[in-house]
Amino acid sequence: MYAQMVKSTGQGVKSRDEMSAEERDFQDKVDADIRIEPRDWMPEGYKKTLIRQIGQHAHSEIVGQLPEGNWITRAPTLERKMILLAKVQDEAGHGLYLYCAAETLGVTRDEMTEMLLSGKMKYSSIFNYPTLTWADIGAVGWLVDGAAIMNQVPLQRTSYGPYARAMVRICKEESFHQRQGYDIMMRMARGSEAQKRMAQDALNRFWYPSLMMFGPSDANSVHSEQSMAWKIKINTNDELRQKFVDQTVPQAEYLGLSVPDENLKWNEEKGGYDFSEPDWDEFFDVLRGAGPGNTQRLTDRQKAWEDGAWVREGLMAHAEKKAARKVAAE
Amino acid sequence: MEAKFEALLRLGDNALILGHRVSEWCGHAPVLEEDIALANTALDLLGQTNLWLEYAGEVEGKGRSADDLAFLRDAWDFRNVLLVELPNGDFGQTILRQFLFDAFNLLNLRALTGSSDPRIAEIAEKAAKEAAYHVDRSSGTVIGLGDGTDESHRRMQDALNLLYPYAMELFITDEVDAEMAKAGVIPSPDTLKAEYDALVNGVIAEATLEKPEAHFGHRGAGKTGKMHTEHLGHLLTQMQWLQRAYPGNAW
Amino acid sequence: MKKEWPLWEIFIRGQHGLSHRHVGSLHAPDAETAILNARDVYTRRNEGVSIWVVKAADITATAPGDKGPIFEPSETKVYRHPTFYDIPDEIGHM
Repeated sequence: MYAQMVKSTGQGVKSRDEMSAEERDFQDKVDADIRIEPRDWMPEGYKKTLIRQIGQHAHSEIVGQLPEGNWITRAPTLERKMILLAKVQDEAGHGLYLYCAAETLGVTRDEMTEMLLSGKMKYSSIFNYPTLTWADIGAVGWLVDGAAIMNQVPLQRTSYGPYARAMVRICKEESFHQRQGYDIMMRMARGSEAQKRMAQDALNRFWYPSLMMFGPSDANSVHSEQSMAWKIKINTNDELRQKFVDQTVPQAEYLGLSVPDENLKWNEEKGGYDFSEPDWDEFFDVLRGAGPGNTQRLTDRQKAWEDGAWVREGLMAHAEKKAARKVAAE
Repeated sequence: MEAKFEALLRLGDNALILGHRVSEWCGHAPVLEEDIALANTALDLLGQTNLWLEYAGEVEGKGRSADDLAFLRDAWDFRNVLLVELPNGDFGQTILRQFLFDAFNLLNLRALTGSSDPRIAEIAEKAAKEAAYHVDRSSGTVIGLGDGTDESHRRMQDALNLLYPYAMELFITDEVDAEMAKAGVIPSPDTLKAEYDALVNGVIAEATLEKPEAHFGHRGAGKTGKMHTEHLGHLLTQMQWLQRAYPGNAW
Repeated sequence: MKKEWPLWEIFIRGQHGLSHRHVGSLHAPDAETAILNARDVYTRRNEGVSIWVVKAADITATAPGDKGPIFEPSETKVYRHPTFYDIPDEIGHM
């Protein structure tokens, strides 16, 4: 999802006999849905996996500001401009909440930022796709936020307290994001011929990348098995993808748009749609940073970080001077 | 009603163009907290734009909406001061421009709460609260960066040298201002200058910056529409793109 | 030279009459800016009437290992709770 293919210890899940007494106590708490808090004992692997996952999630929010921010200055009405700005601002807020959650595990926001900028930490593949037309802003809200919500709602129950609490706040704020996207799509699907074409084109380009957001099938992944035992991952990627497709197809039909998949068919037996897998080679290429999108996003983030250094340092220096003057006066 | 329409455009266009400029920062600010704060400022300004331009359209009486006025006028019809249309520059330039405008906006809006036009008074009432917060925030940042490191001090002084003369346009008082001030609709801009100087001088001093020569050579070019900078046309090209490319479409 | 802004814990009173509640954290160079940042970050949806900021490093907390001695002794003091006492129904609400 926003955190795709997060590696855990890679060891597979330990049996109770293999666990130390501390590990057993820890696992009992997780199993009993008792939240783990920052100062509680936790396995090193749990901590490391969480930092990776929350970090990747936070980076995705921050990098995710860019494709949508791309249209703030071109939004077609004052109201759309305000809505989009408020939405992209929310993404910054969500990144902030998540960085703070990760900081409770002993890593600083600056350290995580450096890891993003050096390419050591990843962000979701979806944000490497360009937003070419205004309809893309509708499609991103409808599909990308729709897919994100699928994953984030269950994470409100995740075992790590600060992460779960950040997700509660995020889910509450996100509730308007998907709706504003669908609202844009409705307006366009009922609009002029050009607008309808634009809307269909956006769906065509964002459909498969949205399906990729859930990550490749992880039915047999040791990482996912461990993360699920620790309750930092709640559903398998395939479960969520299926749920997303089942929810989204009727919404596309309502818009009068067609999902770009000739194999899409209702399957009465499983009570869900059959659908084509996205091109996973493309996914791995994009995740690894191929294509202009990745370079552009990282260059933008690096520039913002480097250009802002003097501001961060300047304000800190002033705060220190002020504190020193106060001490001197006392 | 022509003068009132003109006066409302000045209020609305300042908020619109500055709000647009500030919104360009979204996703690119020096730190997340600042990114979020800048977006709040831009949202306030765009909200103010909506109220001023909506009323401007009503006063004009030709059925133009706030969106029509924002997206379908060309550069020569805009009535914002040059200060707000200048490119963002570095963060120091952005925040200094913000402070120079916020200080004026606050004093102007406070005076407008006593306008003889109840609609203007009502809009000003709401907007003045937002502007008071903007002044708090931008003045604090100007002081922090002015009195920060050598580099931040130098950048803030450069920004002040560049922008301070532009701020003087805010106080140029022409026949539109005179007519509206006489009717008690708006304050005459020159009457706000003393209080503005007190506020701005205090912040500049605390920021350990030096006030440059205050000569604005453009003679009310932006607010009268006589002459804008080349930057405005590019800003409008971007802002108005969809409305221009697909005339009459609803979004 | 490079120095990260300190972390602040943010407490917000949501409505008049309620206590301040921890809502999250953020970074700021000093307390005054932390208040402004908290306003911009944590009250975007009309969530507050008052803000407290506390430097995260200044918080002293109980250690998880002290849970037994600190909290468990009160578990047995059942007489502190109204449900400990049986009052006949005829008496009505008490």
